[in-house]
Amino acid sequence: MSLSAHKLSVGYHGQTIVKEMDLTLPDGKFIALLGPNGCGKSTLLKCFARILPAMSGEAHWQGKNLHHYPSKQLSKELALLPQTQPIPEGIKVKDLVAYGRSPYTGFWGKLSQQDHQIVEQMMQQTGTFELKEKLVSELSGGQRQRVWLAMVLAQDTPYLLLDEPTTYMDINHQVELMHQLQMLNQQGKTIITVLHDINQAARYCDHLVVMKSGELKYQGSPEEVLTSAMLQDVFSLQAQIHRDPVSNTPMCVVED
Amino acid sequence: MTAQRFFPIAVITLLLLALANLMFGAVSLSVEEVWKGLYASSENHFTIYEYRLPRIFLAILVGAGLALSGALVQGVIRNPLASPDVLGVGHGAGLAAVCYMTFFSEASTRWLPEVALAGGILAALVLWYLCGARSSAIKLAITGVALAALWASCIDFLMLTKPLEINNALLWLTGSLWGRGWAQLQALLPWFVLIPLALGLSKYLNLLDLGDDSAISLGARPQHLRLLALAIAVALTAACVSICGPIGFLGLVAPHLTRKLVGGRHQPLLPATMLTGACLLLAADLAARTLDPPIELPAGILTAIIGAPYFLWLLLRMK
Repeated sequence: MSLSAHKLSVGYHGQTIVKEMDLTLPDGKFIALLGPNGCGKSTLLKCFARILPAMSGEAHWQGKNLHHYPSKQLSKELALLPQTQPIPEGIKVKDLVAYGRSPYTGFWGKLSQQDHQIVEQMMQQTGTFELKEKLVSELSGGQRQRVWLAMVLAQDTPYLLLDEPTTYMDINHQVELMHQLQMLNQQGKTIITVLHDINQAARYCDHLVVMKSGELKYQGSPEEVLTSAMLQDVFSLQAQIHRDPVSNTPMCVVED
Repeated sequence: MTAQRFFPIAVITLLLLALANLMFGAVSLSVEEVWKGLYASSENHFTIYEYRLPRIFLAILVGAGLALSGALVQGVIRNPLASPDVLGVGHGAGLAAVCYMTFFSEASTRWLPEVALAGGILAALVLWYLCGARSSAIKLAITGVALAALWASCIDFLMLTKPLEINNALLWLTGSLWGRGWAQLQALLPWFVLIPLALGLSKYLNLLDLGDDSAISLGARPQHLRLLALAIAVALTAACVSICGPIGFLGLVAPHLTRKLVGGRHQPLLPATMLTGACLLLAADLAARTLDPPIELPAGILTAIIGAPYFLWLLLRMK
C-alpha cells in the first residue's frame, strides 16, 4: 500500500526504461525485484529512492506523489543502500554510521543522546562495533558493506531499498546479509531489494516481483511466481523446479 | 591527532607566528618595542601599526580564505588533488589584471582589485557555462584545468608582446603581501560574511562523500549543494586573489594537510583548514621578509616552493 507506481515511466538520456508500470508493493514483506539485465528493476528502485524523476505517471508514497514529498520527511521513511559505495577519505566507521542520523539532527549535525544510542546499537547489530575507530578506507570489502548497512539502518526507516546488495560479495557474506535482512524484516521493516540470483530470492524473500523489458510480468509468493513457464517466458530458459532440501522453498535447476 | 588537540595547538602557533611577524623583518624589534609600537608616540609606530600589523591580518584572512575555498572544492569534487586553482579562478583574475594594466596603462592601479575580482568570477562563469549544471565533478575539474592553461597562455602572450607596461603586473602575478595595508584589509573583509555560510554547509558536505545516491536518500540535494559550495569558493578565492595576486598551492596543501590531521568530517575540517591556511601564509610571509632583508621575496613564490613538491608527492603516492 505504501509504495506504488501508477502508469509510471522512468528512464534517462531520453530513453524510457520502465514503461507505464502499475505496481503496488505490499507492506511488511521481504520483496525481491527480479528480471533479466536491462529490464528496469534498478531503474524502478532508483525512482522510488528519488534519484531518478518520473518521465510520466507517478510514484506514490502513502497515496501521495513521492517526488512532491518534503525531502527531509521522506529520508525518515525510505532508506537506500546503493549498489556501489564510494570510499570516503579520513572518515571513521563511527562517523559514517552517524551520517545515517542526518535526517534527525539539526543544521550542525550534532548527535543527541538517543542518536548516539541508535548508532551504537546498529554497529552492534551488524557486527561492526569493534571497527568503530577504524578508517572506512582501511576496511575489507565485506566489512565495508556491513558498515554501510549499519549507516542505512541508523536512518531508522520503516522501508529499506537495496540495489543488488549481494552482487560483489563472497558467498559467505551473501548468506550473512540475507539472514540479516530476513531478521530485519521479521522486526517489522519492509525490505525491497534488486537481486540477480533467483534461487536466493526464492529462499529468503516472501514476495517476488518479476519484470521484463520495463513491464511487470509476475508478482506473488515464490510458490506462485517461480515456475518453469515464468523462466521460459522471462529469461528464455529451460528449467525444472525442485524443492530446496534445506528450506523447502522452490528452486530452479537449469536444463541443458 | 584529534580535533580537540588540533585547535589549541593551531591557535597557539598562529599567535606565535603573528608575534614573530611583528618582531622580525628589515628591522628586528623586541617584544617590548613591538608593544610600544602600537602607540603613536613610538618611533616604531609606522613599522608596527601601518606596515606589519595590517599585513598580518591580511595574511590571516587571505590564508584562511584560500584554504577554506580549497576545502570546499575538494569536498565537492571529491578529489584530494582538487583546489580552487583547477577552476581557473586565479588565472582568470590574473588575465583580467594584466589586460587592465596593458590596455589602460594610464589608469590608476586603484581599480586593479575590482578588475581582478571580476576576471576571477567571469572565469568561473565561463567554466560553468561550458560544463552545465548537471556535469560531473571530474568533467568540471578537467575543463577547469584546460581553461586555466588557456588563461595562463593569454597572460604569457600579453607579457611577451607588451613588455614595457607589464612590470606592475609581473609584481602582482607572483602573489605578494608587499605594500598592502589597512585599505586592502577593508576591501577584503566584507567577503568574509561567506564564512558562516560555508560552515553551515558542513553537515551536507559530509553526505556528498557518500555519493549522490546516498546523499539524496539522506535528504540532501547534491546539485544545489555543489553549486552553492563552488560559488562560495569562487567568490572567496577571487576576493583574495584580487588583493594579493595568486598565492599558489595554498588552497591545495592546507585542506589536504588538515584532513590528514583532523579527519574528513567537515564540522572540524573547515574551521581547522582556515587555521592551517592562516598559519602557512603567515609563515611564508615571515620567511619572505626575513630571508634576505631588506629585499622582499613574494610570499606566493615561497608557498609554491613548498606546495609544488607536496603536490608531486601526492601525485606519486596515488595509485
